[in-house]
Amino acid sequence: MNTFAIVTQVLRIAVPYLFAAAGGVIAERSGIISLTLEGYMLGGAFAAIVGTFYSGSPVVGALCGIGGGAVLALIHAVASIRYRADQVIVGIAVNLFAIGITRVFLKLMFGSSSNSPRVDGFAAGYGDPLLWLGLVSTPVVAFILFRTVFGLRVRATGEKPEAAASVGVPVHRVQYMAVLLSGALAALGGVYLALDQHQFTDQMTAGRGFIAVAAVIFGRWSPLRAGAACLLFAAAETVQIHLQGNHVIASQFIEMIPYVLTIVALAGVVGRAIAPAALGRAEA
Amino acid sequence: MTAAQREKMEEALFPPVVAILIAFVAGDIIMLSFNQSPFVVWRLLLEGTWGNAYGFGQVLYKATTLSFTGMAVAFAYRAGLFNIGGEGQLAAGGLAAALVGFALPVGFPALLAILLGCLGAAAAGGVVGAVPGYLRVRFGAHEVITTIMLNFVVLALLNWFIATRLRVPETLHTPEIHAGAISRLSAVLPAFHGSAANLSVIVALLTAIAMWYYMFRTRGGYELRAVGLQPDAAEYGGISVGRVLFSAMTVSGVIAGLGGINFVLGYKYYYEDGFAGGTGFLGIAVALVGRNNPFGILLAALFFATLSQGGLAVNAFVPKQMVDVLQGVVIIAIAASVPEVQRILLGSRRRPLAPTSLDAAPAAAEPPAAAV
Repeated sequence: MNTFAIVTQVLRIAVPYLFAAAGGVIAERSGIISLTLEGYMLGGAFAAIVGTFYSGSPVVGALCGIGGGAVLALIHAVASIRYRADQVIVGIAVNLFAIGITRVFLKLMFGSSSNSPRVDGFAAGYGDPLLWLGLVSTPVVAFILFRTVFGLRVRATGEKPEAAASVGVPVHRVQYMAVLLSGALAALGGVYLALDQHQFTDQMTAGRGFIAVAAVIFGRWSPLRAGAACLLFAAAETVQIHLQGNHVIASQFIEMIPYVLTIVALAGVVGRAIAPAALGRAEA
Repeated sequence: MTAAQREKMEEALFPPVVAILIAFVAGDIIMLSFNQSPFVVWRLLLEGTWGNAYGFGQVLYKATTLSFTGMAVAFAYRAGLFNIGGEGQLAAGGLAAALVGFALPVGFPALLAILLGCLGAAAAGGVVGAVPGYLRVRFGAHEVITTIMLNFVVLALLNWFIATRLRVPETLHTPEIHAGAISRLSAVLPAFHGSAANLSVIVALLTAIAMWYYMFRTRGGYELRAVGLQPDAAEYGGISVGRVLFSAMTVSGVIAGLGGINFVLGYKYYYEDGFAGGTGFLGIAVALVGRNNPFGILLAALFFATLSQGGLAVNAFVPKQMVDVLQGVVIIAIAASVPEVQRILLGSRRRPLAPTSLDAAPAAAEPPAAAV
């Protein structure tokens, strides 16, 4: 296997992480905890397949996927911002809800409890526009956060909402937009995954949303560093796939890498990971 | 009942009631979309769970593990900590119970074997819980993230151990234990025949009583709640906050780990990879609905167990996955209504003098007179 093929494989694995991590960074920078990325991805993946199945067009499917993620994000946003619910609890509930609702609709629409029928996706490999979108997603979020007025407001809201409000930033509106944007972005990760595999399967995101959460934290809430973390985790996964059956190192230990690195980063062994100051503060 | 007590009751009871009503409506919608009569399906759901001994036994069985994971979440929560690691702690406890039962010789005194199995489960859960506790106290690493990440690490470790060291070929479970089996409830009450309910439920009840006593009648429990309510004030009052946080997280892990006996010692008599299957996460919902009170948690565990067993009972009419949706709806509704109810009750008592939320903040930020 040549280098080019290996790079391709790393990128294919990384794209869902990149989308979700880009979304995670923007929501967390606005002060809203993003344990929901997994649910957004799953909802996006399912809606994308439904849209593609009924329209025959993956573009329509991708837009449906964005809508699916945004609906779940709206639930998270309304509960967390309007009702000041505990964001960790709501986040876990949204993930549970996403698993349940995709299963119920899978049964209702396609009469199956495991997978949808096959649909046509975008062109494979480098012809897939979502692959390119995914690769630029974290730089784009970096641009939004650090070079636009909206980004400045997002960061101010996440660090010190009272101060932001006192200079006229509509704190809650900024948070709603950041969360919806994170839902749309993370959903695209699910869309890419589902269209790449040409079908939806039950719980197909399989923890990828949490790897993205790990990347956000390991990347210390910076979009570019989070993107680099996604590529690192994807590279580790690629190594794992190639080592399978080699008995050099058990695959389970490579699986652990993102999680262990995140714990190490949080414990401050290699550059302390410090969260936005107002992250998760319900009364904000 | 005094007015203060009534208010406290209202604050505790309103959110779960509202949440359950919302879940009913959500359930109705799902049932109607499958062209089923909600009335018929809800009745079937109740009949299949509380209507016969087998169904009720299954509910009891499921409620047992859920009450352990729920109490684990509540114990940490009372200290102001969020333990999302129940999944990994439960699984580790289950494996440890199986290893103890496996190491003991056939014919080992039953009661002692069960006790050792429980100790093993508790110790393993405690170790898994102590890690995020230590990371929090020593490095300030937030336990929400570390417990989530540790779940994946622990489950991968257990998976590796089972896959490479100790499994029956072609399966994902260990061989059966030699000693330490907890007898089924049907051995005492024959009507429960065939259901998985076992005497672990008594361990759960005892744990609830012990937790209530510790929490509300001992100095340690007082310190724990003080740290949860106001860590700075607790520190000033002479409580070692770090020590309390570490031990709360460890005990939380102990309780979750102990839950492993229900499946391993009480039901299957072996450890199986993935047996926790979301019960650890659902413990968060159980603690939330049970309002972090051990006895409330027992009731909440029964509620969630009824939903999950009821889903199986109505599967022919509405897919059982409906209950996943309902669980999500209940949790979101209750999490959203707790602060709301508190706000309303607080508002009915006294009007806040200053804007307390940012809803009101922009209006309050009037330009200084000099600027006009």
